[in-house]
Amino acid sequence: MNIDKRIADDLAANGVSFVTTVPCKQLAGVIEEIDQRDDIFHIPSNKEDEGMGLCAGAWMGGKRPAIIMQNTAIGVTINTLATLIQYYRMPLPMLISYRGELREPVACQVEMAVHTKALLAQLNIPTYHFHWQKDVEELDNILKYTFMCNKPVAILTDANFWGGYGDQ
Amino acid sequence: MIRSEILKEIAPILRNQLVVCNIGIPSQELHAIDDQPTNFYMLGTMGLASSIGLGLALAQPKPVIVIDGDGSILTNLGTLPTIGNNAPGNYILMIIDNGSYGSTGDQPTYTSQRTDLAGMARAAGCARVVEVQDKDTGPALEEALSSGEATVLVVKCDSGNAKMPVITMDPVVIRDRFMKAVAG
Repeated sequence: MNIDKRIADDLAANGVSFVTTVPCKQLAGVIEEIDQRDDIFHIPSNKEDEGMGLCAGAWMGGKRPAIIMQNTAIGVTINTLATLIQYYRMPLPMLISYRGELREPVACQVEMAVHTKALLAQLNIPTYHFHWQKDVEELDNILKYTFMCNKPVAILTDANFWGGYGDQ
Repeated sequence: MIRSEILKEIAPILRNQLVVCNIGIPSQELHAIDDQPTNFYMLGTMGLASSIGLGLALAQPKPVIVIDGDGSILTNLGTLPTIGNNAPGNYILMIIDNGSYGSTGDQPTYTSQRTDLAGMARAAGCARVVEVQDKDTGPALEEALSSGEATVLVVKCDSGNAKMPVITMDPVVIRDRFMKAVAG
């Protein structure tokens, strides 16, 4: 299975046509896939809160958005999630590389990993954790759920899900 | 002129356009001067008006006018390269540059000293950048609308705020009526 294409296919099948990204090495393949597709508009952001602003505007303009980013961005975007996405009740699927989990080679990444789920839980953000590649089978349902309830929803994808980071 | 005087003067131009308005006193002033369903008021999230407006302009064809401030642009400077490389012809970013953080007590921003937002916008890749004095805002805005080109309009004006009530409208109501106006 080409996991990058599978994710982009699920986004497109759910009508997601506006995707903003801030890169992570684990996400390089899916970002490249999205950038090449005609059915999804890709706009890179310089910072994740900026990206959430773009997504909020795109949604009010009639497009279904998504953001792809690293879990370190949770530290950047808490105010935006609370006062824009949640306060105005907007849907936002967040495909997040979960750095600092099993098979992580960079110690500093663990420092945000240990806070990631706690911060998302504090924000009452529905959170899913993809650890095995087969977990991607839930993505379609998660996207439907996100646009049903108009909430930000986090999909944490760790190194094991992507086939390892620094150990292969 | 201070910001509220400019907003009063351009209210007839803004009335039928999609407007994304910056957090704090700018939104309170616009709301008090001429509340319209085509106005999206930011109640929080300093810095993101330009980004919300850009997403909106990219998603649909109607013109979008963002009313932003120098302080908010400075807090989200990454927005300028994104605008410079992506903004469609229906996007107008109007920065009311009064050289101060108006909503927090008029503390000076760096644009009151050596920082030049129009120059920064140009350096970020924005092709049509216009800087005007407060009294020339209306004609410059109309010209931006008729140009059909993405425009960054920097309006230099005096620091100061009008005393206006806080917006008590529910955010979901603001958003819902705005989305209906966008689709209408």
